[in-house]
Amino acid sequence: MPGAGASPPLEIDIQRKIYRNGDGRSVEAVRNLAFSIQPHSFVCLIGPSGCGKTTILRIVLGLDRDFEGCVQPDLGDLPVGVVFQEPRLLPWRTVEENVRLALRSCGLAGTLDPLFAELDLEEWRHRYPGELSLGMARRAALARALAIEPDLLVLDEPFVSLDESGAAELRAIVSRLAARRRTTVILVTHNLREALGLADRLILLTARPASVLADIPLTTAREMRTDAWVEEGRRDLARRFAIVE
Amino acid sequence: MWSRVASALAVIAVWQAGATFAATKVLPPPLEVLAFVARELRQGDMLLHLGATLSRVAASFCLAMALGAALGIALGRRPGLNRALDLWLILLLNTPALVITVLCYLWLGLTEIAAIVAVTLNKLPNVAVIVREGARSLDPDLDEMGVAYRFSFATWFRHVLCPQLEPYVVAAARSGLALVWKIVLVVELLGRPNGVGYAISYYFQLFDVRAILGYSLAFSIVMLTIDFLVMQPLDAHARRWRVTTA
Repeated sequence: MPGAGASPPLEIDIQRKIYRNGDGRSVEAVRNLAFSIQPHSFVCLIGPSGCGKTTILRIVLGLDRDFEGCVQPDLGDLPVGVVFQEPRLLPWRTVEENVRLALRSCGLAGTLDPLFAELDLEEWRHRYPGELSLGMARRAALARALAIEPDLLVLDEPFVSLDESGAAELRAIVSRLAARRRTTVILVTHNLREALGLADRLILLTARPASVLADIPLTTAREMRTDAWVEEGRRDLARRFAIVE
Repeated sequence: MWSRVASALAVIAVWQAGATFAATKVLPPPLEVLAFVARELRQGDMLLHLGATLSRVAASFCLAMALGAALGIALGRRPGLNRALDLWLILLLNTPALVITVLCYLWLGLTEIAAIVAVTLNKLPNVAVIVREGARSLDPDLDEMGVAYRFSFATWFRHVLCPQLEPYVVAAARSGLALVWKIVLVVELLGRPNGVGYAISYYFQLFDVRAILGYSLAFSIVMLTIDFLVMQPLDAHARRWRVTTA
């Protein structure tokens, strides 16, 4: 994937993904979904709730291998930072220990001071996750993902249920660090404004079974994306693709 | 702390009152029992018997905890294995301690190994059942996080699995310690030449209730000390990260 210039794009081709629900009935989550992601790009997957976005991410991450299709190249031992919908911090380890565990698993070490400073986590680094608000826990989960200096950063609705100012602050941090480190980012969201503000490219998904509804490159530079531009884009996409937020 | 001291004093007071009221040899007063313990510790074989029992408790407790925890984890994580072994576990759980002890002595002879195997087999299913519940309630989201961050097996075991099982293991250990020493006494009574169980059997034949209570009290104090110095700190460690609301 990313890294030096010759990195190949990430090719995702999921022909079919079926799972069994609680009643034991088969549910087709994904069908004929194919797209590629260029290194160093910021891609947003957008789709209605329950359409299979998280399932797609789990397949990309190699957490679910029970599907028809392939994901290439295999992410194998590449450092991949993940922020799940819930922070998924180890409650019996402090914030710093949570981050260091991920760091050590990637064979890395070193100071975390600049990262904690950037994420405003310095005074929380020795606290247990149970002592944190949801917003701080999400920051800690983001710190864990960014600390390993990932080639690929996968974010599954990481800003959901945060207040708007907190979400905006975290979006800015992700955008800044991803640009600085040239990290490839896949962000799953159903927030069109968020996607329009952050992404190089939007991939709109259909309702279940998920497939690609539209693939939309965003060429306007991020610093030129004003609130008005975002709002106009949101209205345009909502009208063209009948998206209900 | 003070409530515990008050509770202990209340027990002694009730004991003293009962002994005074009954005025019989089968219920000696606390001071008489304490005097016996002091004399036995100075001149008698009490330390020898306490040491023998304690070493049997330690060996069988460690074996039962290690094997029971491993079995519990395997059963909790693998439903197929659980279905296959559940019947055996229930059978062992419901077999009286006396039956297991007698069978071990019959099959292995009146040996130290037979005694420790008997106690271990009595405690093991209890540990396995408690730890199995812990293994069943492991958080799959944390497992998935560990896979996503490429945790090694050692990292997963130490930082993801063990902390989730720790409260169950500590609960099994605390209840197990009490159970193990009671079974050890039965095992010693039936087939060992030393230990608190042997001493109680000996004094039972002499109808010396003061000695029986003295040995029982001495070993209870040893076990309470272990609970206070080892088990309770372990319990506190297992719960240290939980947020307590005042």
